[in-house]
Amino acid sequence: MFVLVVGGGKVGYYLAKELIESGHEVALMEKDASRARQIADEIGSIVIAHDGCEGKYLAEAGCNRADVVAAVTGDDEDNLVICQMAKHHFDVPRTIARVNNPKNEALFRHLGVDELISPTRMILGSIEQDIPVHELLHLAALGEGELELIEAHLQTGSPAIGRASKDLSIPEGCSLFAVIRDGVATPLRPDTVMLEGDKIIAIGKQECRDLLHDQLIGDPEAAAAG
Amino acid sequence: MKIVIVGCGRVGAAVAEAYDRAGHDVIILDSSTRAFERLPSAFAGQAIRGDGTDEDVLRRAGAEGADVFISLTEGDNRNVMAAQLANEALGVGRVIAKINDPVRATAYAELGIATLCRTGLMMDAIDGFLGLPRSGLPGMLTPTGHHGGPGHEAAHAAAVPTVAGATGPGPVATQEV
Repeated sequence: MFVLVVGGGKVGYYLAKELIESGHEVALMEKDASRARQIADEIGSIVIAHDGCEGKYLAEAGCNRADVVAAVTGDDEDNLVICQMAKHHFDVPRTIARVNNPKNEALFRHLGVDELISPTRMILGSIEQDIPVHELLHLAALGEGELELIEAHLQTGSPAIGRASKDLSIPEGCSLFAVIRDGVATPLRPDTVMLEGDKIIAIGKQECRDLLHDQLIGDPEAAAAG
Repeated sequence: MKIVIVGCGRVGAAVAEAYDRAGHDVIILDSSTRAFERLPSAFAGQAIRGDGTDEDVLRRAGAEGADVFISLTEGDNRNVMAAQLANEALGVGRVIAKINDPVRATAYAELGIATLCRTGLMMDAIDGFLGLPRSGLPGMLTPTGHHGGPGHEAAHAAAVPTVAGATGPGPVATQEV
């Protein structure tokens, strides 16, 4: 696979290094010339010392033949633009963005970025396991990135509580397949009644996300207010 | 009209001042309060310190329900992201982003935002002055598509009639952007 990594910070550097070690073809774009030279000294001449946000340099880096573009700079706006340019201008099949502000996740997804990695969200998730997170949790991307593995934590306000999975309108192309209750994972059968506190594991197309959110998460704020 | 401007540099301040004087309801944002020194003391609009690419900040500034959103910071990507936020999250129909990279300017016009490219505008101004043929670089571009695909195009094109009037490498602004 040819992977174009944009951003030569710590994340970009180690990502490129690991990818090379696993035998992939890699190009790394880093606009800071001295940082680019330093990386080139360490991992070889795969570094392009130019701004990966600029269309001209993306083209020079071979963006149009990339299988994956990973935008891992420290700036959300740059990562968004890199992925959008890759997707819409260079027809790259799979784009991955690092997202620093978790509030940007919805926008990025809506604007067509295939996969989002939010370090902030992940650390938050680790720290606040018991504090409600009213979002579907993206666990992993499957296939070519068109499917995702999702976890939904059922909390007050979820329309799924007290209902069996066969009674929910689960969008086509989605499958609820397991429930984690009291730390034990069991297959979710059509007549399994879901309880508050359950974690539901689902696989679905990315475009089903909003519908799945309505069915499993609902509107917790309205529930709290009511 | 309610007009939101992100970036109070020379151009942002000039645009804010002009629209304010013309009687529009102007909100201007910049991440530095010092930038607002460029505004005249008679400025009657709102000057708000904050990051124009942060949805919360834009909402608090009252950008929701604006008629026009213009992003004029010095960062192309910040302008792109602010404009897309305004369009997608805040429902502003007419958004304009300054994008100095001609490739990105063209690409984003195809993705549904009006783009303003200094490189093209200045090139055309120079060519015009020298009596040379136009460069063909983008200047002011009307949105021609939508990130969501062709289904959105008609509605979008209909929502931007005045921007459509200002397309192409037409009359040239020579002020520094």
